[in-house]
Amino acid sequence: MDIVEKVGNGDVRAVARLIRSVEDRIPQAREAMKELYPLTGNAFIIGLTGAPGSGKSTLTDSLIAAFRKQGKGVGVLAVDPTSPFSGGAILGDRVRMQRHAEDPGVYIRSLATRGALGGLCAAVDDAVHILDAMGKEVIIVETVGTGQSEVDIMNNAHSVALVLTPGMGDEVQTMKAGIMEIADLFVINKSDLPGGQKLYQELLRVLQMTENYQSGWQPPVLMVQNIADPRAFAEKVEGLRDAFWEHRAILISKDLLKEREKRKLSVQFHNSLKETLLDPIIEDLTRSGRLDASLERMLAKEADPYTLAEELAGEYLRK
Amino acid sequence: MSKRPIRILVAKPGLDGHDRGARILARCFRDAGHEVVYTGCHQTPEQIAAAALQEDVDCVGLSCLSGAHKHLFPKVVQLLREQDAGDIVVIGGGIIPKQDFPVLYDAGIKEIFTPGTPLPEIVDWINEHVVPGREL
Amino acid sequence: MYFAKELLEKCSSLRKKWEDQVKKILSRQGERKERFSTVSDHDIKRLYSPEDIKDLDFEKDIGFPSQFPYTRGLHPTGYRGRFWTYRMFSGMGTARDTNQRWHMLLQNGQTGLSTAFDFPTLMGLDTDSPKALGECGRCGVAIDTLEDFLLLVDRIPLGEVTTSMTINPPATVLWAMYCAAAEKKGVALDQIGGTIQNDMLKEFIAQKTFMCPPEPSVKLISDTIEFGARSVPRWNTVSISGYHIREAGSTAVQELAFTLRDGMEYVEDVVRRKGLHPDEFAPRLSFFFNAHIDFFEEICKMRAARKIWARVMRDRYKAKEERSWWMRFHTQTAGCSLTAQQPYNNVIRTATEALSAVLGGTQSLHTNSLDEVWCLPTDHAVQIALRTQQIIAEETGVANTIDPLAGSYFVEQLTREMEEGAWEYIERIDDMGGMLAAIDQGFPQMEIADAAYRFQTQIDSGEKVMVGVNKYVTEEAEECPLLDIDEAVEQGQLKRLAETKRKRNDRSVRTSLDDLRRACKKGENVMPVCIEAVKNLCTVQEICDVYREVYGLYQDPGLF
Repeated sequence: MDIVEKVGNGDVRAVARLIRSVEDRIPQAREAMKELYPLTGNAFIIGLTGAPGSGKSTLTDSLIAAFRKQGKGVGVLAVDPTSPFSGGAILGDRVRMQRHAEDPGVYIRSLATRGALGGLCAAVDDAVHILDAMGKEVIIVETVGTGQSEVDIMNNAHSVALVLTPGMGDEVQTMKAGIMEIADLFVINKSDLPGGQKLYQELLRVLQMTENYQSGWQPPVLMVQNIADPRAFAEKVEGLRDAFWEHRAILISKDLLKEREKRKLSVQFHNSLKETLLDPIIEDLTRSGRLDASLERMLAKEADPYTLAEELAGEYLRK
Repeated sequence: MSKRPIRILVAKPGLDGHDRGARILARCFRDAGHEVVYTGCHQTPEQIAAAALQEDVDCVGLSCLSGAHKHLFPKVVQLLREQDAGDIVVIGGGIIPKQDFPVLYDAGIKEIFTPGTPLPEIVDWINEHVVPGREL
Repeated sequence: MYFAKELLEKCSSLRKKWEDQVKKILSRQGERKERFSTVSDHDIKRLYSPEDIKDLDFEKDIGFPSQFPYTRGLHPTGYRGRFWTYRMFSGMGTARDTNQRWHMLLQNGQTGLSTAFDFPTLMGLDTDSPKALGECGRCGVAIDTLEDFLLLVDRIPLGEVTTSMTINPPATVLWAMYCAAAEKKGVALDQIGGTIQNDMLKEFIAQKTFMCPPEPSVKLISDTIEFGARSVPRWNTVSISGYHIREAGSTAVQELAFTLRDGMEYVEDVVRRKGLHPDEFAPRLSFFFNAHIDFFEEICKMRAARKIWARVMRDRYKAKEERSWWMRFHTQTAGCSLTAQQPYNNVIRTATEALSAVLGGTQSLHTNSLDEVWCLPTDHAVQIALRTQQIIAEETGVANTIDPLAGSYFVEQLTREMEEGAWEYIERIDDMGGMLAAIDQGFPQMEIADAAYRFQTQIDSGEKVMVGVNKYVTEEAEECPLLDIDEAVEQGQLKRLAETKRKRNDRSVRTSLDDLRRACKKGENVMPVCIEAVKNLCTVQEICDVYREVYGLYQDPGLF
């Protein structure tokens, strides 16, 4: 049986290996991805984003339980940052989800950003496809929680929830321009901490000001509190789960899901195209020493980056 | 293509929570350029094996200070083998008397590091014995 | 501190002269290293003199023993009246095995008992839980039901000997067993004395023996504090522990700060939740510190601890009674300072650590055995450890006078630095909203992890020395005899448990557990129902399962 067939059958070992190969950019992986593509398109893809320490992993853990309660197969991709110094990473999100480790209906995979710009690692797109192909009905992507990844995740998910915690009331205003606009749902986690109400009010105010956010969908603000009472917490998270489903229903009814898929594909295709075109060129330039030579020339003002890029692009395209 | 990073699972099987060593090792592996999946304390061998599989790690580092290593370490190896993952290198550390080494080696634990082992020695061992990634 | 102007002037001129001499020497030959620091990486100067402590206030900072702020100790006669309690932590195998070890220790002059439980018991599991497989009796004694507990205290006079029990998530259960056992032996609850560790915050911070989330865990602790204050007045219901924080790799200042801030969290919770005045329970709060290898740092840490706590209790919580201001503490020598290599050296380490605890004014002391880095100690190793305390007490003469190091420029200055360092942390945690909030953010956990990692790299680079590990290493392994826990222990215990489960009354078990569940949900004090439950032979796990069900499970945040 080949790897794609195994993935389609939900073989954990095969899925894990394929994701690894995609991450490590093994050439055969690309072949497998081509073959696997027709199997995708069935999963509901959820993005969970928010600052470090906002409790995303704990929410993910409870969301897994909530979706499992409905009998859904769940895949999780948890992204943690790669150390810029060593290239290594500690992937610790999984700690909080280990109670699901043995549940065959749940597949959890930790990913390191590996220096990908935007925090969300380059392999996430492919990993989502793989989990989709293995038959997971719900895929939760948990971001690093800093910087550009907040925006990038939108390209990978159908529904995005932004997780906030009290004490950020004043910051909501300034956030409005960026990540506020990408979220379809807002979760105020640990809302029983001082400042919870204030954050809630502030958020509502800002959301009202955000005009024409999306036809027919007013992003809800969910308060999740009292983690000390596990049942109450689980109930709140079930509410969040239902809100995700509602959002999905709206997306489908308004034909927006297709639009999102298209947007997602557009970015992915863009990246793929760039990679296909650019990577061999960069590699060739590096290997031949021309990259360094060109840089030297630019440094010495013998050439400018614009002309040089045009020249090289022309040369390679002709090939 | 740049070098594939080694993926290591650092886990504490059993009931003791003394995670000082496990946490130091996790940091040390990160600083050596590896990707470390950390699953924390109080893990059953079943949870550890499942995580190792899902995460496609090359190596599992087990730390146990409760004295139950003779039961727990071999169980992890056994579970991995049962799931066609006997190629994952399993190593162990913690308070493990010399007299228990043969039992653990026989059970498939590849190396045992006891208190006082310098971190660079462990990193060197891994770099030498663990191959990152398998054939697709 | 008051120094006459002339003295300080003289001091200054002598100092200049000395500094010149130092300079001259240094120009020829450097010192052993660039920087001198404690095992916690705290900077230590070349010399301390009156100038360092000239702005200390004698009354406020040093004073006299038994006087606020108790820097020099709690008792007016120090160890001249009575030595500290020799309290060796012990427990292994079955209840019967441990009971035998206890009688051996009492016959050898030990003055208090201290119980080590095995990991299933510590985690609120029974021996027959699948998670417990292979752990029974390994790190301590296995207790599943009251029947085991009665064997544990067989022929122990519970009205006379005080017993400490190192138990945390299931503290209510084991304490309930002690109460029930006393009742069965005809000893009234107001006659029994001892300590339960019962300090969950340090579990989240350091030792990671956790079960339910922090908030309900603290609630259970407040239940025990309240129950103790009302019904078991001679019992220390919590032993607020820095020991494990230090073992996890913290610095001395972190140990001090996090422990005291934990204590403050408990005080605040009992006042808020139970409506008690601090004077109603604070005298029964006890502490537990680590005596690490850096001799003076430890002594100063303990002196500073008494001082900070007294101030906190009097000024912050408005306790009126002097007993509420007292910090009474137990000390254990540092397990993490022992080495597996050349194990006999551990005797010397333990001896110096014990000496620092004594000079720091501890109320009771456990000395580690030389083989504890490998396994539970053998009888012979325990005896050497106990004798170490007895030699310090009865031969060295250090207990002849109270707080003999007071007034040392170095000791007073380092005490102040410990105190200031701890206050800085305490205030940071206050700003975060208290210890629960800090734990939620992973603050103390990360601070400790950073310190532990730093120390490890200092060992690897040789900047810090551990004899036999990174210096003076010998090739041939030095072996010492080890205690092996027979596999039969687990089989025997499983059989006992099955037997108890068969013969007990299932209906009263169910009723007890239902009562407990109700009490938990209503937020009532669980202790009375817990005592009923253990009397009806509910197991440790059955009771803890109710807690897990109602309060949920805690997940380590796994931060780095």
